[in-house]
Amino acid sequence: MQFMLIYRETTAEVGRRDDPAAAPAYWGAWNAYIGALGGAGVIVSGNGLQPPRTATTVRVTGGQRQVQDGPFADTHEHLGGYFIVEVASLDEALEWAARAPCASAGSVEVRPVLPPPPAQ
Amino acid sequence: MSAAARAVTEAAARAAERVARDCYGRLVALLAWQWRDLAAAEDALSDAFAAALRTWPEQGLPDSPEAWLMAAAKRRLLHEARHTRLTQDPAVTALFGDDTAAPAAEAVPDARLRLMFVCAHPALAENVRAPLMLQAVLGLDAQAIASAFLVSPTAMAQRLVRAKARIREAGLRFDPPEASELPGRLAAVLDAIYGAYTLGRKDPDTPAGDLREEAVFLARLVTALQPDQPEAWGLLALLLHVEARRAAQFDAAGRFVPLPRQDPTAWDAGLAAEAEQALWTAARLRQPGPFQLEAAIQSAHAQRRATGHTPWAGIAQLYALLVAHHPSLGARVGQAVAQAEAGDPAAARATLDALPAAAVQAYPAYWVARAHVLRLAGAAGHDAALQRAIGLTEDPRLREFLLSQAVPFSGPA
Repeated sequence: MQFMLIYRETTAEVGRRDDPAAAPAYWGAWNAYIGALGGAGVIVSGNGLQPPRTATTVRVTGGQRQVQDGPFADTHEHLGGYFIVEVASLDEALEWAARAPCASAGSVEVRPVLPPPPAQ
Repeated sequence: MSAAARAVTEAAARAAERVARDCYGRLVALLAWQWRDLAAAEDALSDAFAAALRTWPEQGLPDSPEAWLMAAAKRRLLHEARHTRLTQDPAVTALFGDDTAAPAAEAVPDARLRLMFVCAHPALAENVRAPLMLQAVLGLDAQAIASAFLVSPTAMAQRLVRAKARIREAGLRFDPPEASELPGRLAAVLDAIYGAYTLGRKDPDTPAGDLREEAVFLARLVTALQPDQPEAWGLLALLLHVEARRAAQFDAAGRFVPLPRQDPTAWDAGLAAEAEQALWTAARLRQPGPFQLEAAIQSAHAQRRATGHTPWAGIAQLYALLVAHHPSLGARVGQAVAQAEAGDPAAARATLDALPAAAVQAYPAYWVARAHVLRLAGAAGHDAALQRAIGLTEDPRLREFLLSQAVPFSGPA
């Protein structure tokens, strides 16, 4: 079964990326986590993302384009990255979610992936 | 609502909560045993608690809240039975007389143990036994249980419902096991209690933290009800030794402190002494088993408080015994660490290398042990194993500690 693990980080956790004192532990934890996912052979695809301030959001409302700097909405948790994993069950996907560094500094949403549409 | 009325309501709610904590397991056990239906017993008791919260503020606290709840729950069960015609068995309905006396003191804890035996019945899936026991004997709610076992609350609720249906359909016997099957059945009960304890140990700040105390409570209960079973004493000794070190596991700044670096004077001497007493009680019964061996290993670690050093060679021998008779992944990993600490890193590496890759790939303790053994052996691969352990660790404080042991990561390019 494939699940998307959606990693969300608190504002403080995102801030650790730019804090020279905290950055090595921040990146070290994520590097090790992704290494463990890879070592277990469960990764289908996925990426970490540049911080929320680098986002650009596009909307088309009534035929009018609206382009806005920043992410979709100001929230207290920010999308930090995602992985699609191939595992045997939801329980196993939850195990991987709990191991993510942001599980204790944000949250991890686990969603089953829709099966691909039938071939025409 | 007036202030006086609110005070009465709150007093009733507090009384109901107190009764719930004290006697939930006893009441549900007794009802389930009489009715042979765990789900119906729980429903009836939960209705009785709801009725208590409505009635007690108006009519005052009953003399014996426990007897009141028991009577209310029985009425509910009888009403349901009449209503649905589920049963016409006179032997069952005869149990639902007008007696409102509290159940006899000796019969009550016995019923709780019977309930534990049913919850850990071999006919039930292993992964539902501990959750079922926590719900049925202690009244924990499904949400808290699901969080502790890291399962979606819906899935956990379904598992519990299915297990109770299975108990009813298979007519699992609520009678005590035969003498010949007692050790095996008891082992399943003890395993479920141990499972609940180790979950509770992961993170003291979550609801799962409570499970640890609940598990120790259940372990004590089993020794009180089955005092001639050495493995029950062994489990209690093991849990108490680990409990004794809880405060020393983190320093004043909240940082994780591994066992060899803990200050033994910070260990709880009272709990450790009680653990030793339990282990002695077990030893006098002259029938060794895995929990007694695990407890003996923890007892050896506890010696450091008196002697100032850890008897690693003795610990390695205890692990060898444990692995010879009761091999498990955890025991083999512990054995490897003890072998390395006792001065034989080559044997330790061989122990770790013999473990199947599929079994250890997501088991953080293995990678922590591997990193430690490779470092003691002066071999390569220490940091790679440490990285794997960091990536598999859930507890942020343990992760911080492991990161502090690893080669610092310089950041993405």
